[in-house]
Amino acid sequence: MSGSRMKLELTRVVQGRSRLGVLKGLGKTGQHSLEVPGCLLYTHLGTVPHLTQDTLHTLSPLPCVTQVNLSNIAEHRDVLEEFKDGFRKFAGLHDTVLYCSLHDPAAPCPTGYTTNKTVSVWGSGGRIELTVAKFMALQKTVQADWYQSMADGETWQNTTSRKRVRKSVDRTLAHLDECLLVHQSSQELKGVEVFGVVEGGDILEERIRSARETAKRPVAGFCLDGLQTGSVDQALRIQLTSAVIKELPEYKPRLMQGVGRPDEVLDCVDAGVDLFEGFFPFQVTERGCALSFNFDISPDPERAGRAPPAVLDLNEEDPAGGTQENGDVNLEDQTQMTHFEINLKDTRYQDDFRPLVNGCGCYCCRNHKRAYLHHLLVTNELLAGVLLMIHNTAHYHSFFGALREALANDKLDLLTRRVLGGRSKQKE
Amino acid sequence: MAATIECGTDTNTLVSNMSVKKAVEATSALTLRILAECPVTKARACDLILPHSSVSTPVFMPVGTQGTLKGITVDQLEGLGCHICLGNTYHLGMRPGPDLIEKANGLHGFMNWKRNLLTDSGGFQMVSLVELSEVTEEGVKFRSPYDGKEILLSPEKSISIQNSLGSDIMMQLDDVVSSTVTGPRVEEAMHRSIRWLDRCISANKNPDKQNLFAIIQGGLNADLRKACLDEMTQRNVPGFAIGGLSGGEEKDDFWRMVTLSTDHLPREKPRYLMGVGYAVDLVVCVALGCDMFDCVFPTRTARFGSALVPWGSLQVKHKQYAKDFQPIDSDCQCPTCKRHSRAYLHALFKSDTAAMHHITIHNISYQLTLMNSVRQSIVEGRFPQFIQTFMKRMFPSRDQYPSWAVDALASVNVTLE
Repeated sequence: MSGSRMKLELTRVVQGRSRLGVLKGLGKTGQHSLEVPGCLLYTHLGTVPHLTQDTLHTLSPLPCVTQVNLSNIAEHRDVLEEFKDGFRKFAGLHDTVLYCSLHDPAAPCPTGYTTNKTVSVWGSGGRIELTVAKFMALQKTVQADWYQSMADGETWQNTTSRKRVRKSVDRTLAHLDECLLVHQSSQELKGVEVFGVVEGGDILEERIRSARETAKRPVAGFCLDGLQTGSVDQALRIQLTSAVIKELPEYKPRLMQGVGRPDEVLDCVDAGVDLFEGFFPFQVTERGCALSFNFDISPDPERAGRAPPAVLDLNEEDPAGGTQENGDVNLEDQTQMTHFEINLKDTRYQDDFRPLVNGCGCYCCRNHKRAYLHHLLVTNELLAGVLLMIHNTAHYHSFFGALREALANDKLDLLTRRVLGGRSKQKE
Repeated sequence: MAATIECGTDTNTLVSNMSVKKAVEATSALTLRILAECPVTKARACDLILPHSSVSTPVFMPVGTQGTLKGITVDQLEGLGCHICLGNTYHLGMRPGPDLIEKANGLHGFMNWKRNLLTDSGGFQMVSLVELSEVTEEGVKFRSPYDGKEILLSPEKSISIQNSLGSDIMMQLDDVVSSTVTGPRVEEAMHRSIRWLDRCISANKNPDKQNLFAIIQGGLNADLRKACLDEMTQRNVPGFAIGGLSGGEEKDDFWRMVTLSTDHLPREKPRYLMGVGYAVDLVVCVALGCDMFDCVFPTRTARFGSALVPWGSLQVKHKQYAKDFQPIDSDCQCPTCKRHSRAYLHALFKSDTAAMHHITIHNISYQLTLMNSVRQSIVEGRFPQFIQTFMKRMFPSRDQYPSWAVDALASVNVTLE
């Protein structure tokens, strides 16, 4: 694409699959960069859930790419049109790269409303149907630095027929061509990047066809759609992802949509995925839990004390109540807690005067104890969401830092074992 | 500027030998420095030095009922310049309970708030929240909404909980009667409140660290108020609250009871008007001589999208703000107004709870800034002019000034233009 500045510089590729590098040239003037494997900052309408600028800026470093989605934004189209200066300024955002996705990864989208020419998003006022023309009109008002092309991703139910999957691939390619046509002739979108969307449900040939065809188009990177937690099991996701990635050019980034669990992230990274949406900490926060999994693989005992060494005694407080099988269970239910977190509503935390995670440097852990969080949760106080969101976001983004360090030092296996907390990795 | 007066010097050493006379010889853990007194009205500007930090009065105290100020972190509250906030004894006594809070080094430690705290007695919530409560000489009996058990909140129990909470200012348990009730019950409540005050003073385990305030009762009856004032001012408590108002009574009655109280309260002790927080009420009651105020209104109304502004309030959720790209108040220096527009906040209310936090921050900032401006004008000797400007900004025209406010201000020599 003319004027495309986004550039992926790989410093290391492990076994021809997992990649370590830097995504450079982000933002209108190309001044930002994002280390990969990396995670975007999840928001509701540009706001990290529960957080104001004061509380957001306690996070350090602040993730440099902010994700917004059209489910939140579409209903405000006329407002943004009148405002004219783009969503970043409208939302009073800090100096951040803005990425606009179609759906909210933490809010499942009802099926049955997609047509040949339209997709639907659900905002606070209900369904909004988007044609390519409307979709592109929105992109012109949002003025993100990078956006996901319009896509038909309605293949995630396991009853979806082969015919429907094929149709989704065809439609998504047609949407992409139309989007690119409008994009290239649009002055407002000069310098903005487009990611093509790879569909194909759980059918290998369709996945490969979608990847090959999308790769032929002038896109800056790829979104892997329809593989989100709850739609396919982990083994199948990795099989399909590996096959898709073989078809994609090496020097363009790959963003996995709807996958956030640390174990699943690790497997996706191992398969060659670069980017993830940061919605998982939000889901954990909403169920009143705190991320506590260990990702410290530091050999240096001095550092080990400082880096988030995670759960003090994971065995003692096995949080999910027994080892929950990874991957192939709870396809429907993403609200259930995972063994990467502790449930602070549990009465055992009532008089626990330890921080959420010992050694964690987040605002919440520096200032508050589990007993206080427990109290805020049982009394339904709004501060619970604020403090948990700060901690969970900090913990999750630190995990990505540890992940990059592990890749740099050939220790992805060790990190995986650490994250799984001594449990043997599930073999599906 | 008026001479500086200090009171409440440490009489700690005496107290230990004088347990019998403790009720009248209670020490105090505060100092009030009067910096300026308005030459026209009864307003004054003071530094109230409390165990955790100095508070500039007149002061509005935000309410953090359950050990948290609705969605705001303690750092944010500090950043807004808040030096004292409230916790509710009834709520905290129920959950998480005094024992746990004591283990956490008091409410300060539990919520990690480094500045001052004021706790109420718990009596008001019992009367307002709990249906089945019975008041006897012993105390207030009520049924726990959590486990249905009958609980007695006596003056001793209230102080014991507040001692566990470790607040800088504690309130006596008073016999609260709705301000719209008349007749012998009001008199009974007034006398009982005096007796309970003495029991509270005796029960206070930490008079050197925790200040116990008396609460003036007597309903809307001037004679009863006066009798209560006469009795309570004979007790050596570090401060006084004016209670039993802000409960739906006529404003004409309200301000007369306030001004009667301040007329008879000692100059050298702080005066706290309970439950008052509307901007006009604050300005008028400062003119009537009150130093401290609290109210849930600014933070509660914020969560419904109502932002306080010098011309009243602004309903952010109303459609008319959907495309209004100005800040809530362009003169406001709060973090919300510096960064966000009415239009964005309007949109955010549909997507995330952070919208409520933004308005809560703005409203606390509004209240604290208002009181700072009031104080500044008193110090600079131009409070009467401040009142004129404030009223002109708040109301579109002179004929919309509430008559009670006009009368109240006239009583302290301010004739509104």
